Amino acid sequence: MIGPLPLSLPAGSGDALALAFGVGIGFGWCLERAGLGSATKLMGQFHLTDMAVFKVMFSAIVTAMLGLFWLSRLGAVDLSRVYVPETFVLPQLVGGLVFGAGMALAGLCPGTSCVAAATGRGDGLVVVGGFFAGVLATGLALPAMAGLHQSGARGSLTLDTLFGMDSGSLILVVVAAALAGFIVAEQVEQWQARRVAEVGR
Amino acid sequence: MSARVRGRPYADPYLAGVGLGLVLLASFVLAGRGLGASGAFATAAATSMRAVAPAAIAGNAYFTEHLGAGGPLRDWLVVEIIGVIVGGFLSAALAGRLALRVERGEHVSVAHRAGTAVAGGLLMGGGSVLARGCTSGQALTGGALLSVGAWLFIGAAFAAAYLVAFVTRRSWT
Repeated sequence: MIGPLPLSLPAGSGDALALAFGVGIGFGWCLERAGLGSATKLMGQFHLTDMAVFKVMFSAIVTAMLGLFWLSRLGAVDLSRVYVPETFVLPQLVGGLVFGAGMALAGLCPGTSCVAAATGRGDGLVVVGGFFAGVLATGLALPAMAGLHQSGARGSLTLDTLFGMDSGSLILVVVAAALAGFIVAEQVEQWQARRVAEVGR
Repeated sequence: MSARVRGRPYADPYLAGVGLGLVLLASFVLAGRGLGASGAFATAAATSMRAVAPAAIAGNAYFTEHLGAGGPLRDWLVVEIIGVIVGGFLSAALAGRLALRVERGEHVSVAHRAGTAVAGGLLMGGGSVLARGCTSGQALTGGALLSVGAWLFIGAAFAAAYLVAFVTRRSWT
């Protein structure tokens, strides 16, 4: 018996850090296995030639979401002790736009740039450096942008509460949307493959 | 395109995604928190600033909250990101995919690719400080937890990425 979940590991304790290290290894391993340490593969998502980013991301979201839902429903996990990132409407919209523009230029995101660098890719290492500088510079400028950074605070608001649905129904909608997205992703890849074959002829 | 690296082909994306989802689930269930990347960089930035110019970050709440009591190597996200580097390296090594290279479009110079990498990194840094997370802490973690802000972030990031990728498509072909 390992006691109530999530575990109450003191921050900075050896056990907590061992867990963090293990989670990180699993995270990096899966990103590399999927090929997401490669900027050219990742850009396929945005040129509609290779939808791996979408497939990996939404398979992961659906898996973790369903797992957590059922473990909580079976009483194995105390959901109230899982930290839900807080919503700040405007900064997350603006930040998302700036982030997405950067991701398309870099061809990598922060996590995948670490994998790219670790697997010998010089472009990944430069993205890591640029990202560090960007976090540092924006952190220094943040007091001047406090108004924007704090605007639209909604706390740990979740979609089911926002739409007035029970979480089970909302999860069903997300799963259905992800499955529809997977079908579209397969169609897009086939359409692009046919187009490339025609051009090459 | 840089020299092709021989190595085993990548895994099926759905299989890799389910694996990633199980790692995320394990993190939720055991640690009560999800994945992250940008937070580790915030801690690294805060630690560097404290060493180099502590006066510049005095009273800066963003940096102070990223300075843990035990130093950066006792920080959950910093240790997790070290794990990401080790895990990515091991996976590539075992699949024969380790190689020094610069990934870029066929008609693009290394200098041009370095420029887009720096610019992209800088913008992602700015975006993730504003949004309080990146593709790991917001999109994957918040997405699975149905956080409203995370889904706003996913929508905004994908929209901007498609737009910029379309405008700059020549630099990847």
